[in-house]
Amino acid sequence: MTLRCAIVGSGNIGTDLMYKMLRSNMLELIALVGIDPESDGLARAKDNGIEAPHSGPQWVIDNAADIDMVFDATSAYVHMRHHADYASAGITAIDLTPAARGPKVIPPVNLYEHLDAPNINMVTCGGQATTPMVYAIRRVIKSLPYAEMVSTVASRSAGPGTRQNIDEFTKTTSTALREIGGATKSKAIIILNPAEPPILMRNTVFAGLPEGSDHQAVLDSVHEMVDEVARYVPGYRLKNPPVVETGPFFTPGGEVPHRAVVLLEVEGAGDYLPTYAGNLDIMTAAAMRVGEAIATAKSTVPA
Amino acid sequence: MTNSSVDYRLIDSTLRDGSHAISHQYDEDDVIAIVRGLSTAGVQVIEIAHGDGLGGSSFNYGFSKVDEKELIARACQEAGDSTIACLLLPGVGLADDLKDVKELGVGMARIATHCTEADISEQHIQMAKKLDMEAIGFLMMAHMNSPEGLVEQALLMQSYGADAIYIADSAGAMTTEDVQRRVSALVKALDIPLGVHAHNNLAMAVSNSIAAYQEGAANLDGTSAGLGAGAGNCPTEILAAVSNKYGIETGVDALKLMDVAEEVVRPIMPRQQVIDRAGLILGYAGVYGSFLLHSQKAAERYDVPQAEILMELGRRQVVGGQEDMIIDVALELARKHAEANE
Repeated sequence: MTLRCAIVGSGNIGTDLMYKMLRSNMLELIALVGIDPESDGLARAKDNGIEAPHSGPQWVIDNAADIDMVFDATSAYVHMRHHADYASAGITAIDLTPAARGPKVIPPVNLYEHLDAPNINMVTCGGQATTPMVYAIRRVIKSLPYAEMVSTVASRSAGPGTRQNIDEFTKTTSTALREIGGATKSKAIIILNPAEPPILMRNTVFAGLPEGSDHQAVLDSVHEMVDEVARYVPGYRLKNPPVVETGPFFTPGGEVPHRAVVLLEVEGAGDYLPTYAGNLDIMTAAAMRVGEAIATAKSTVPA
Repeated sequence: MTNSSVDYRLIDSTLRDGSHAISHQYDEDDVIAIVRGLSTAGVQVIEIAHGDGLGGSSFNYGFSKVDEKELIARACQEAGDSTIACLLLPGVGLADDLKDVKELGVGMARIATHCTEADISEQHIQMAKKLDMEAIGFLMMAHMNSPEGLVEQALLMQSYGADAIYIADSAGAMTTEDVQRRVSALVKALDIPLGVHAHNNLAMAVSNSIAAYQEGAANLDGTSAGLGAGAGNCPTEILAAVSNKYGIETGVDALKLMDVAEEVVRPIMPRQQVIDRAGLILGYAGVYGSFLLHSQKAAERYDVPQAEILMELGRRQVVGGQEDMIIDVALELARKHAEANE
């Protein structure tokens, strides 16, 4: 079935998501909702014949009868204020902020586990880029005592929401590396780089490998997972082949003899911001994947 | 806070920036000896944390041998009249970390961002103020932004409530003129004091610090024996001695600082703080100083010249914190060298 959707937040993420949704035959975009009538995103929505109110989340609540699903691309604080309203209005919320109210979903790891949840959290762009790698490593070794990710995004692709939410970004990402990736301990780091021309989004995953880990299996599993993510994020790729380095390394999860290093790059599809903004793309592509999976599930299971 | 009888306030970062040079292997005995020595010498502010700030212990930057919060607690106990400060990089550490260290007795928080990204420091500067700490906005890699650009960024931090602003020559890449232009523009534009954090990759750290003072800087950074990232920091004992020669009142005892450098810090240094080829290239190419030891390790691991790694990092305009790119560049160079040999 086709689900009627609204996007709240007319910044970088919301506008990029709009372009993706306009191409979908399962998600029908009803409105892009903002708060600033002058915003570029709202103007682009109107150009595409999409309703573009600027009355914020309240517009979604007021029009709940016509909306099945809301994609929240505002900020963690705004989502925390409104998530309960969406739920009581019977609207499924796909949360693209790091508010982390509902279960976290990383499509290639746990897409089908939470399709009936009223609120689904898309973690962060860095979390979408790196959690699959942590999971890919974890699934072929007996335990993963510690994993770490470093995300570097072009300054120009980090809007005010990201900048004001930087602690929420690292906390939510780090939690995903444990809860979904399977690491016992974790850390997330984000860097903004102002280089011109802007750099493509870079993500690095470090994983502590315990004694006796099968290094070839780790590398093979990483390659397989890269292919899987690239199926819905075409610009997702390894910048260099993954490597296993020799330590010892004294991680917060204990001493390990080796670490795996996975160096990733994400080139955006250029739907809204130029291709350097892979951080937008991976987030919106993952959210689309979840939205369409819910639409598919609703058409196969009678209500 | 600032002692009005001195011409500038000296902030010692041996236990924070110096941590880079010893790969974050400080233990409790080192902290006790260094804090006691600096405090006795009259140093007003002593900064301590992982080299990459609170929460910096990681694969990317190197794991701390001892939990930094244990070391910070110890430093606070030994501080005497000195204020203990911590550095925090938003994106690496958390505003919550400030709450923890405030409880341990830390009185100053320096919130560090790349010199064009001040707006990620709002949460953290406000948290420091809420905790009644002195909050300093710390703009890193200041050679990568113009005087006007730095003014814009510093004004943002001032608007968040910062009590002072610092510019850091994190790559030791600035000439004296570079420093003078930036400091004079900032001093003119800001309502709050300015500080300068110098590195010695081009052998300019002491002269640039003095020049910064002459242009109106009210805070200067240094480390004992210059222990720090890259070719090291502005050596506090030399800065104090030179200041005395200029008749600049520092409030610190230069001879006692020399004792600390010679008897406490030099014995724990794994290598003397010299400007060797790699250190000089950092300043020359404008690469973040803490990349020095990480690039040396990657050069050995992948059998590629360290100088080539550093020059490529400079070309890519990497910023502080992107240590992972060292591995990236080393792997690419190794592949290129292998292809050239086929």
